[in-house]
Amino acid sequence: MKIFGPNPESALSLLQQGYSKEQILAKTRQTVAVTNVNFTVREGEVFVIMGLSGSGKSTVLRCINRLVEPTGGKVFIDDEDVTAANDVRLREIRRKKVGMVFQRFALFPHRTVLDNVAYGLEIQGVEKDERYARAREMLALVGLNEWEMALPDQLSGGMQQRVGLARALASDPDILLMDEAFSALDPLIRREMQNELLSLQSKVNKTIIFVTHDLDEALKIGDRIALMKDGSIVQVGTPEEILTRPANEYVAKFIEDVDVTRVLTAEDVMRPAGSVSLKDGPRVALRRMRKEGYSSIFVVTRDRKLAGLITAEEALEASEKDKEDLSEILRHDFPTALPETPLNDLIPLLVHSKFPLAVIDDQKRLLGVIVRGALLAALVRKGGMK
Amino acid sequence: MIFSIPLGHWVELFINFLKEHCGGFFNFINDNLDNLMGLLTSLFLVINPYILIILLVALIWFFSKRNVALWSGIGLLLIYNLNLWEAAMETLVLVICATLLALILGLPVGILTAWSNLVHRVTMPILDFMQTMPPFVYLVPAVILLGIGRVPALLATVIFAMPPVIRLTGLGIRQVPVDFLEAAEAFGSTRAQKLLKVQLPLALPTIMAGINQCIMLSLSMVVIAAMIGAGGLGGEVLRGLQRLDIPRGFEGGLAIVILAIILDRVTQALGQKDKRKGN
Repeated sequence: MKIFGPNPESALSLLQQGYSKEQILAKTRQTVAVTNVNFTVREGEVFVIMGLSGSGKSTVLRCINRLVEPTGGKVFIDDEDVTAANDVRLREIRRKKVGMVFQRFALFPHRTVLDNVAYGLEIQGVEKDERYARAREMLALVGLNEWEMALPDQLSGGMQQRVGLARALASDPDILLMDEAFSALDPLIRREMQNELLSLQSKVNKTIIFVTHDLDEALKIGDRIALMKDGSIVQVGTPEEILTRPANEYVAKFIEDVDVTRVLTAEDVMRPAGSVSLKDGPRVALRRMRKEGYSSIFVVTRDRKLAGLITAEEALEASEKDKEDLSEILRHDFPTALPETPLNDLIPLLVHSKFPLAVIDDQKRLLGVIVRGALLAALVRKGGMK
Repeated sequence: MIFSIPLGHWVELFINFLKEHCGGFFNFINDNLDNLMGLLTSLFLVINPYILIILLVALIWFFSKRNVALWSGIGLLLIYNLNLWEAAMETLVLVICATLLALILGLPVGILTAWSNLVHRVTMPILDFMQTMPPFVYLVPAVILLGIGRVPALLATVIFAMPPVIRLTGLGIRQVPVDFLEAAEAFGSTRAQKLLKVQLPLALPTIMAGINQCIMLSLSMVVIAAMIGAGGLGGEVLRGLQRLDIPRGFEGGLAIVILAIILDRVTQALGQKDKRKGN
């Protein structure tokens, strides 16, 4: 918890007596910025703290590495109480365990890009050759190795934030704190950086705590999201949980404008796919289609890899001609998608095809099917929260 | 008035106390600084003036622009031509020593005022006092403690010229945006690392402005300092004044102006160079 003011103890005791923040502000002229915030971040996850400005999310983030000294409460990193660390130990934690990326980049304007990235190692006393080698590695990771001698103000916003990211990663911390890291970028660059962060995360696999006020951003990059309001956490959950089971009125109102097509994925709306095997004849396929009421059906190989699709008319025609082999009438002009594809990417695929969409994994195994009706039903169902 | 506070008397008692109990210390300072300034002056004078002028012009060209170097050369030649070379070198040494001393004393104090609000609050009125007190007043205790000569003149000059160094160092450091400090802290910088790697480099243009002002104030003190034996160009002007010798006074004054302009342009160029690098 964090109280801003000259005499936080008085506010603290009032808070413990059950006074509200407004009462405390009126009585002591001190602001209770953050209270009642408890959460656990799992190793390797992207944990998003989101809320409107003034909700205390940046303060919570800064309490983790004690850029803001918490008035009360504890912060643990790997069972170590950060709040109990002395100055030397705190520096050690900041140097080795926690990297930070800032909203306005905060790159040192008098240092080259390379020297900015190497800063963390420099203050740890790492030799010049070694720290430059490591810094170059990081710059390559964010795709900026050709800019190492540039000064920060020669770079665009997106590039500057990549440098910020490289700087935070240079000392190989376990935890990355990102404070509205992409909020100062324009929307296109922001989306690009979000994608890049996700792909970077799959390479470096850090524990990331990401603060944002942008719900779309939170839903996109967060494995779990903590929603904050007035200095307290209102709900913690996965994006789906937040969207489908909002904890209270506030959360429900918050997510009401969410574009569900960006959050829901193919996996969420697909249904189990009826299919026939490649060795079955047209007659078996026809019977299956009639039974299920399909006008077409997917054909899979023995290990359930998708081979193609057959329509009822063509199957009928084939059976009348006494053909036994399905592979002759297989079609391939139907849409496919991976399970994590968001709905807004599926919609155009379905609109332009008269066949259903096959959801397949990266080994081309058939996972499920999405027909136009099911997609619409999903949209109506999720959108019905409004 | 029935009762008047004997404030001046107290100051006199204090100065006498200093003289009695710290006399050895002041003698030590006096001797060493006097030797140092004498050494520097003779170093400047031992070199042939033409060679020194060429060296100075080259130096100015390196740090500043070609035009500044060119006009500086012309100005210096004029000083030599007016037979004021030796006096000009004495004044230059006084200004250099005063500025160095002001930096040695002023930079740490400036840093402290940036770090601590208490130091800031205590220091600022003292600086106001130092700057607004007519500089003639410093001459009396300086003479009592150190006698007549260039060292008391130097100390009076330092007292008068140091405030901008302290003020602008403190200001420059306080003006460093909090974002950068936060970043420096987040990566685990010690206080010294934060100061040396972030605060001072970013405050450098402001600190250079302070140094520039310090030099200008030192130069404005040279005539006053000449009253207690600083010699140099100030001495020329002073003698011109005492004997109503118009040519002598004017030529001495002109030489001071030339030195002032050269030093001003060069230190400004230095500040801008750092600024360019700093952005």
